[in-house]
Amino acid sequence: MKILAFAEQRNNKFKKSSFEVVRTARTIADQTDGEVIALVIGDQVQTIASELGGYGAQRVLAVQQPKLEKYSSTAYSKIIAEVLKKEQGSVVLLSATAMGKDCAPRVAVKLDAGMGSDCIVLKVEGENIIATRPVYGGKALADIKINSAVKVFTLRPNVFPAGISSGTAVRVEVVDIPLIDSDFTSLAVETIQASGKLDVAEADIIVSGGRGLKAAENFKMIEDLAGAIGGAVGASRAVVDAGWRPHSEQVGQTGKTVSPSLYVAVAISGAIQHLAGMSSSKYIVAINKDKDAPIFQTADYGIIADAFEIVPALTQEIKKLLGK
Amino acid sequence: MKLAVCINHVPDTAAKITIAADGKNIDKTGITFVLNPYDEIAVEECLRLKEKNSGEVIAISLGGDAHKETLRKALAMGVDKAVLLKDDSPRDSFSVSRALADYLKEISPDAIFFGKQSVDSDDAAVGTMVAEMLGLPSVSVAVRLEIANGTAIAEREIEGGKEKVQATLPAVITAQKGLNEPRYPSLKGIMAAKSKPIEEKVPAATQPKIEVIALRKPPSKSAGKIVGTDSSAVSELVRLLHEEAKVI
Ligand SMILES: Cc1cc2nc3c(=O)[nH]c(=O)nc-3n(C[C@H](O)[C@H](O)[C@H](O)COP(=O)(O)OP(=O)(O)OC[C@H]3O[C@@H](n4cnc5c(N)ncnc54)[C@H](O)[C@@H]3O)c2cc1C
Ligand SMILES: Cc1cc2nc3c(=O)[nH]c(=O)nc-3n(C[C@H](O)[C@H](O)[C@H](O)COP(=O)(O)OP(=O)(O)OC[C@H]3O[C@@H](n4cnc5c(N)ncnc54)[C@H](O)[C@@H]3O)c2cc1C
Repeated sequence: MKILAFAEQRNNKFKKSSFEVVRTARTIADQTDGEVIALVIGDQVQTIASELGGYGAQRVLAVQQPKLEKYSSTAYSKIIAEVLKKEQGSVVLLSATAMGKDCAPRVAVKLDAGMGSDCIVLKVEGENIIATRPVYGGKALADIKINSAVKVFTLRPNVFPAGISSGTAVRVEVVDIPLIDSDFTSLAVETIQASGKLDVAEADIIVSGGRGLKAAENFKMIEDLAGAIGGAVGASRAVVDAGWRPHSEQVGQTGKTVSPSLYVAVAISGAIQHLAGMSSSKYIVAINKDKDAPIFQTADYGIIADAFEIVPALTQEIKKLLGK
Repeated sequence: MKLAVCINHVPDTAAKITIAADGKNIDKTGITFVLNPYDEIAVEECLRLKEKNSGEVIAISLGGDAHKETLRKALAMGVDKAVLLKDDSPRDSFSVSRALADYLKEISPDAIFFGKQSVDSDDAAVGTMVAEMLGLPSVSVAVRLEIANGTAIAEREIEGGKEKVQATLPAVITAQKGLNEPRYPSLKGIMAAKSKPIEEKVPAATQPKIEVIALRKPPSKSAGKIVGTDSSAVSELVRLLHEEAKVI
């Protein structure tokens, strides 16, 4: 299969999930005697693009111009679809990030392609790919097959291995896709960055707090623990609804879906809607004073005790371990 | 302003999901279906825009007769008109989008609202697919929206921040939690909704591009280890995380 891997960048930096996409394309290509073409879109992205060779791209294409510095749903999707047609590829892979999720549906329509969203497994079966994706908030898994000629998949970040770069640099081909003003009808005009904070959706370790913390100011100890362990702060909906934490930190069915290596749930009961967002975490730690809290059913390690006692002690112990 | 909002009828987020005997669908027995939570936010946004700028709000749902219940909820919240695109056949995001796009083209609204995601199939695709089919700009996952002088300025959530997106009307917006707090239907609204007509249309049949081969429960996790019941457990927990799980 000829696979087009869209490697997302922001501020001329790749996300880890971009490498995951290229590497996954490589894995599929290896099993189908195929080829991986990585595509980077932006302004002056040529210099960073060559790095993708290290993750298994045989060819790397860059489509660049100043107007593409900021994301445009309409323009980016046009470029991806045009490149796929030009290259006569049959599969497009994107990451299920804010950008990928916004762009992929347009790409699918332009290519008259079926789309598998937020996949967690891609398996080659004969001439086709069987994708597994969580549905009903992760309460079930669907194995799906796409029956159109071209297939679009978005991959849940943090699930597919990116591997380590082999260091192979590939010569970048700068490709010209003519764009006109009407290709930019949806355009990001400004990025409002939340002061360099690590986003829960991208974090490898998350420490989340729930209603049992009783007040917004008590999240200080959650921030301290997250800081010590190098993680991001998450929250249950109860806490977000109370206005203690911003919605961007909410984990769950109506918040973010996360799959970090470690998820620490502090004073969170483990409601089904919360579990929907975090049950695919590799390791789950629960700290709750109620031994019957449902979170203990999902947790790998639990401590049944008062969070106000445990969390500061845990922060100290981790600092000791990490020599901070 | 003519505002359209597409709404889906989905299992309540608290529902226990069991797999039907065919191994491809869910067993619907005993499941309560509700207006998709994100679509509730989309309905609310339309109502607020109407209250500010006057105009009309049309709610559209594609599905079987059961979807009327969800359309009634939207009527009870205050939408002016409800349309059922009546079709019971299995559909994927693409074929749902096609049917909605066909109808929306007929009524050509100034702005079309969706939820960011339907909490059944969870694709988060339909809004943006419809926009593409209609050749319209779109903003997905909007947490803030201002519409003035024929332009929508919206903020959408991205990793670690927000992105301000500009789109000229007519445009598609998909609603994320945080955009507004949806109202509860008033008793008067609920009563009035009961007697309001629901227009029915039959959409063209479209072949889905996605085939569900199997639906299964995720591997169940056995309950983990209780490390302790007081702060003396902390050092053991850190040891386990470091040596057994190797995550720190
Ligand atoms: C449509 C819909 C969508 C939803 N989406 C989400 C979602 O995306 N994310 C989400 O999280 N929820 C969601 N919910 C809400 C969900 O049902 C729960 O209400 C919510 O998760 C509860 O949050 P909590 O665990 O923080 O609070 P609670 O359920 O109140 O739990 C607090 C916990 O803290 C413990 N505790 C109290 N004091 C201490 C202490 N001193 N030390 C240790 N433990 C203590 C208690 O034992 C309890 O287990 C949704 C609900 C609906 C209806
Ligand atoms: C295994 C499985 C089997 C299924 N079988 C059936 C079946 O036999 N029959 C059936 O009817 N459904 C069935 N469904 C549900 C159906 O697939 C989804 O409701 C539909 O595809 C929309 O989901 P989505 O994830 O594509 O929507 P998303 O892209 O997540 O939806 C985004 C937004 O689009 C709008 N939207 C989505 N669907 C509709 C709609 N129907 N009407 C109006 N607006 C809408 C809403 O605003 C929603 O917030 C099944 C789902 C699964 C997972």
